[in-house]
Amino acid sequence: MNAAALAWEQFRFERKLFWRNPSAAFFNFLLPLLLLVLTATAFRVDHDSLEVLIPGIAGMGVLANTFTSLAFNLTLLREDGVLKRIRGTPMPAGAYLAGLMGSVTLNAFLQVAMVVVIGNLAYGVEWPTDPALLVLFTLLGVACFASLGVAFSHAIPNQDAAPAYTNAIFLPLIFISGVFYSSDNLPGALKLIADVLPLKHLIDGLSAAIVGGGADVGAAAAVLGAWTLGGLVLAVRFFRWE
Amino acid sequence: MATIEVHDLRKSYGDVEAVRGVSFSVERGEVFGLLGPNGAGKTTTVEILEGYRRRSSGDVRVLGQDPEERDRRLQERVGIVLQSCGFYTRATVREAVEHFAKAYPKPRDPAETIALVGLEDKADEHTKTLSGGQKRRLDLALALVGDPELVFLDEPTTGFDPAARRIAWNVVRRLKELDKTVLLTTHYLDEAQELADRVAIVKDGSVVAEGPPDQLRPGTARYRISYLSDDRRVEHQTDDPTDLLHRLTGDAIARGERLEGLEVARPTLEEVYLELTREGDSP
Repeated sequence: MNAAALAWEQFRFERKLFWRNPSAAFFNFLLPLLLLVLTATAFRVDHDSLEVLIPGIAGMGVLANTFTSLAFNLTLLREDGVLKRIRGTPMPAGAYLAGLMGSVTLNAFLQVAMVVVIGNLAYGVEWPTDPALLVLFTLLGVACFASLGVAFSHAIPNQDAAPAYTNAIFLPLIFISGVFYSSDNLPGALKLIADVLPLKHLIDGLSAAIVGGGADVGAAAAVLGAWTLGGLVLAVRFFRWE
Repeated sequence: MATIEVHDLRKSYGDVEAVRGVSFSVERGEVFGLLGPNGAGKTTTVEILEGYRRRSSGDVRVLGQDPEERDRRLQERVGIVLQSCGFYTRATVREAVEHFAKAYPKPRDPAETIALVGLEDKADEHTKTLSGGQKRRLDLALALVGDPELVFLDEPTTGFDPAARRIAWNVVRRLKELDKTVLLTTHYLDEAQELADRVAIVKDGSVVAEGPPDQLRPGTARYRISYLSDDRRVEHQTDDPTDLLHRLTGDAIARGERLEGLEVARPTLEEVYLELTREGDSP
């Protein structure tokens, strides 16, 4: 089999195994949806706030399904020796990683779709104003947070530490990046941090695509691209098979 | 050309030289045992041959290629059983073996491979439910499913019960019948004695002895001659059993006695091994 066919086989294998892990499926898909429903219900948000919340939760879903999932799972695979085992077979490293990336990309798209559908059906938010832009920004977000997730897995020393390490990034990041409220209203220093980090820019792009939000999508894409490059360099430079 | 050729292999980690000039070669169809205490450099040596580590210096050829280049065509011809390696815990034995088979150009039949290692009853169980010995057998199946010419077995029977061990030994003998080459590292000297055509004993990063297991130079380990005298066993040790035996039996015959319970024992591989790897001796 050539590398592309092997990548496809790896992708199918990852999909099969993904659904056999209910807790991962829950955290990947249901947690963001739960936060969406709870926030919308508890704060009885109005339509304007929903137009912040829906792209925010979609961005958080991309983050959870790529960055958190990859940092966590690659640490487990590395510490369990699964990566080392694969390294000892003719499976090309690129084909293996492509299969893995394909799987998290599909998850990210499924998540964004779920958020958009629930936003429309349950909360009356309009269907995305620019579907092509939505696909583009979901892809940019996946590329950015997947590469950062792989890079971050190198910093996690062992599997016991993995939840703490990933949450230490995930939770503060979603609170300052405008998932639940617009980050424009944050105090100066926090806003500055949010502006430098990539999640806010993903949410800006998703907002423009879903509800016609007025952020500069070119600038948002540029920031995501810069983080993607940085993530790729770190992911490749420090990759450890064992 | 030998299947494995290692010449003056050296590997340093910082200031520590883990492998200090190891040389050996393994011929096609041979089962070669690498023995030595923990930290002797066995695993480092094997992992260099497998392509996991880069050597500091020396020459290494595996099936005519340099494993450091990690050429896919070489990896297609090699099967690896590592010391400890995880599985996809949510895959079944059958799914795991079938999945790994896909990376090879001419794999063995997955079901036949599972049967070869005696796991057919567990084929549809998730790998996380396997016992330690069953996991090692799955390791073996995953290494063999590509139908490799050369198999690396790093302590393949650690944690096996006697029955599982028998199965694994039979797998190795079967590989030999199929003209495969096997490089085996093991802590179990009976395993090396049973399976290996030749062994090398490694200590402190160097080969201290090499040869067929029953022909290793005994060093100071000696032949033992013993017999019963007044119901007590008397033992003599010697480097020259012919001469000693001649004298003992000659004296006994002269006295008109029989040497009851007479035994002559060669130094076992274990004695040679313990002798050669004793702490505090420089090689």
